[in-house]
Order: sequence, then structure tokens, then C-alpha cells
Amino acid sequence: MKKMDLQSAWAVAAKDFKIFKRKSTVIYLSTVYPLAVGIAFPLIVQYALHIGKGHGITALTLPRFMDAFSIWFLIGAAVFPTAIASYSLVGEKIQKSLEPLLATPMTDGEILLGKTISGLVVPLGAIYAGSVIYMSLMDLVTQSTLGYLYYPNWHIGAILLVAPFICLVSVELNIIISSRLNDVRTAQQAGMLAAFPFFGIYIASEIGLFALNDTNLLILAGVILAIAVVLFFVSRVTFQREEILTKWK
Amino acid sequence: MTVVIDTENLTKKFGDLTAVDSLTLHVNDGEVFGFLGPNGAGKTTTIRMLCCLISKTSGSAKIGNYEVGNRADQQKIRRMIGLLTENVGLYEELSAYDNLDFYGRFYKLDEQKRKEQIEYFLKMLGLWEKRNEAAGTFSKGMKQKLAIARALIHDPQVLFLDEPTASLDPEASKTVRDFILELKKEKRTIFLNTHLLDEAEKICDRVAILKTRLIAIGTPQELRRSLSGRKIKVQLQRVDDVIVEAVKKIGFQISEITDNSLLIDVSDPEKENPAILKAIEAAGGHVQFVTEVGSTLEDVYLKLVRG
Repeated sequence: MKKMDLQSAWAVAAKDFKIFKRKSTVIYLSTVYPLAVGIAFPLIVQYALHIGKGHGITALTLPRFMDAFSIWFLIGAAVFPTAIASYSLVGEKIQKSLEPLLATPMTDGEILLGKTISGLVVPLGAIYAGSVIYMSLMDLVTQSTLGYLYYPNWHIGAILLVAPFICLVSVELNIIISSRLNDVRTAQQAGMLAAFPFFGIYIASEIGLFALNDTNLLILAGVILAIAVVLFFVSRVTFQREEILTKWK
Repeated sequence: MTVVIDTENLTKKFGDLTAVDSLTLHVNDGEVFGFLGPNGAGKTTTIRMLCCLISKTSGSAKIGNYEVGNRADQQKIRRMIGLLTENVGLYEELSAYDNLDFYGRFYKLDEQKRKEQIEYFLKMLGLWEKRNEAAGTFSKGMKQKLAIARALIHDPQVLFLDEPTASLDPEASKTVRDFILELKKEKRTIFLNTHLLDEAEKICDRVAILKTRLIAIGTPQELRRSLSGRKIKVQLQRVDDVIVEAVKKIGFQISEITDNSLLIDVSDPEKENPAILKAIEAAGGHVQFVTEVGSTLEDVYLKLVRG
């Protein structure tokens, strides 16, 4: 079997980045939300602490709220890649560009790896940028109440460590889903299903069924990475040249 | 002569449907080979099998020394072929240059070589001035030319063209056809899928007619001669029933009658013409001239395809 050629995979990803640059809506869908979350939560806290006169939030309860807010970056990691990952494959189907691509010496694995990279980089970059904005603004609005800088800390560090793996699972799921669909919007909606388990984890942690502490986040990272690897192989099995050419409409 | 494409009883079935049945053909190095057939005849399926895009059900096929269907040979085959697909499948948001550059990377062409190849083909196809414009803004003909350049970017030994002029206007078709003729001068092996008989006749050294099974193969001239026989056109001052009956009476078939001429099937015009002319004159006809009419590839094709 031919060894995976990373240069070819990167060429696919680089080509997708060039296309995304011209598809501004795809980029906005993946980047605006994480950046907005990074700004919105600190503003809510600012309002609650200073304008809303506390609303019951004290220096003692504030870290719990901040930890809960930061978990939205985990959920986001499952949601944000949907737009790009769905477009990446369905776009090829719409433009009928897969057949010439499949006729090149590239392997299925290289094409899928390229698609994974292109689906991963932009949303992940946006999540990290959003989290930096979030931490900076949150420190700015809470330092006077807490008396110290809450961020960076291990909790958000663990979240940002898990985020790429969740992104990866989301990208792989979206690739598998979009290989079965022909409409970008439907693929994106179906891809959103990837976020449901993480909503579940969030709710479970909020009602006390599951503690999203640093240890559990690290365990979660390992489990999700294993799922991502399995999904990559599932997507390779799903991505059959013959089926693509004869059955994909 | 070296055989570059070699198939023996190549068969493809999709469930109960046989798309290609026991196809045996040999295409020589540097030959332009036309693959004719109606829609659904199995032309695209054959190309896809030969390009290692879909598997064969049975039989064998070789491209050069490499076996189609052998996993170890697949990458080697893909390196030595170029494919123009039925749908051009360009990246519409990317420029013409970027479309070609993207494909050049898969064939391990270094940056300098890629630049040279892109410039060469875009200039040759008259697209160099538009190299930085998005492919989506191109006309159908321009897109088709760009897709051909994409198939050639790595200088493949064998080029598969699937309906290269389908859905193009006459002017764009001519441009693409002229380009294929330019490629023919380079002695490149070209496997041309088409249902345009005129195109095949103008471009191809040999043609095969497929209707799931191979029903004929040869040069256009050979096919015309072997399958439709010879015809003469007798131009008269006036044609009437008496003249027509006179010709039929001496055992000749008239395939077409117009106001002033008869198209008559003959096997040996040199020997048979005097008898025909004598019969016409005897029936009161006045012959102005006689010419031999060659049948077109279209006549042959329709005769074969309609069974």
C-alpha cells in the first residue's frame, strides 16, 4: 500500500483554503460565533457585576460561572467546523470536481486527510482566538472582584486541549455525513448532530452528574481522540471511488 | 508498434446490468483512437475502468506494462494517464492558473516545471491573458480547454478524453478539435470518447463502435468500405418511374431518389456502370454525369447501432 503523502494532503487543504477565502459565508459561519462568544460572556459578567449590581454573583461564585462559560468552547468545537467541513466535500460534489481529483495518483486517505485539515484549521484557529479574547476580557472585568487574574488556568487549558479532538470528531462526522448528501445546508444541519453529545456532557456537568474537572477533561480528550481515529478509518471505508462515481448524485 | 492500451474480454457489471461486455481492443502508441457509441453504450464506464476509477468485473486490461485492477499498479497507471472527464469539474472559485497548479502538485512537478507547463498550455490554448481570472467566469469552451490543459499538466503518455466537445457551440467545438489535432502531431496516445461521428472521422486514426459489446473496429475508411459497400450517383436531366424500374429490373438497388438523380448500390462500379447507363438510356433517360459516392461514418454507425 502506498505511504500517505502529506504534501498531497496539504495541497488539497491549501486549495480548500483558497476556495474558502472566496466563500465568505463559509468563513463567517466558522469564525464569527467563537469570536462572539469570546466577547459576549465577559460582557454578561461585566453587566452582572458592575451594572446589574452583582445579581447574586460574588467573588466566591464567579469562578464557577466562568468555568461553565468556558465549556461553550467545547460545544463550539463540535459546532463550528460543520460549515466548512460540510462545504468542503459537498462543494466538490456540486462542482463535480471529484472525478478528475480521483484520477490523480492521490490515495483516498490523502484526499480525506486534506479535507480533515481544511475543516479543522479555520474553526480551531477561531476557537483559540475567541478563547484568548474571552480570557483577556474576562480577566479585565473580574480582576477587581476576584483580586487576581483568573485566566489562564488549568481548566481552560484542559478545555483548549480537548477542543482540537472534538473539532476532529466533528470534521470526520461531517465528512461521513456529507458524503451521503448533496446539499450543503442539509449537510450542515445534519452535521450539527455532532454537538449533541457535548451538550449532554455540559448539561450533565451542570446538574452534577458529571464533574468537568481537569482530570475528567483529560480522560475525555483521550476518549475523543480514539473516536476521531476510528471515524477517520470509517470515513476512509465510506469514501469509495467506485461508489462516489457511480452512486453519488 | 507498441500497444499502450490493451484489453481482453474486459467486462463491467453493475448488479444485473452489464455495462461493458467482453471488450477486447488494442490501442497503439501515438494513435488517436475514437470510441463511438450511443448514450449508455458503456464508453464512460470503459474509460473509468481504464483510469482505475472503478473496478472491472472480469477480463483484463493493461495500460503500458501495468495491470488495471492490480493495486500495486494503480498509482503508476494514474501517473501515466491524463483524463478529461465528461463534466469538466473545475474549481470555479480558483483562477485558471491555480486550477492547473493544484493538479501539478500531485504529479510531483517542482515549482519551476509547474510554472513552465502551466504557461505552455495556457498560451497554447489562448488562456494565458486570463490566467488570474476565476474559472467560474469562463465560457464553456474556455472551461473545456482549461480542463484539457489540466489533463495534460504532467505530460501524460496516454490521454483519455470523454466527450470533449459535447455541449459546446460549433466555434468552441472547433477550437477544442483543433487543439486535439495539435496534440495528435505530438504523437500522444489519445483515447477519445465521442458520439460525434464527424469529429471522430476528422480526428481519429482508428475507431471502435461500442454498444455494450464491441461491434466494429478499424480505420474510418475501413469501416465505411467494409460495411456500407459502394454507391454511385447518376445525375440525369429528369428521373421518372420508367427509368427507376429499368435500373431495378437489371438487379440494382436504388437507395435514394431525388428529382434529378439516383443513388445506386453497386459492388464493382467499373464493371457495372456501363450496364446501368445502358438501361437508363434505353428507358429514355439522359445521363449528365456519374460519380462514386462514399458512405459516411455516420451511415456505418447508424447501420451498426440500429442492428
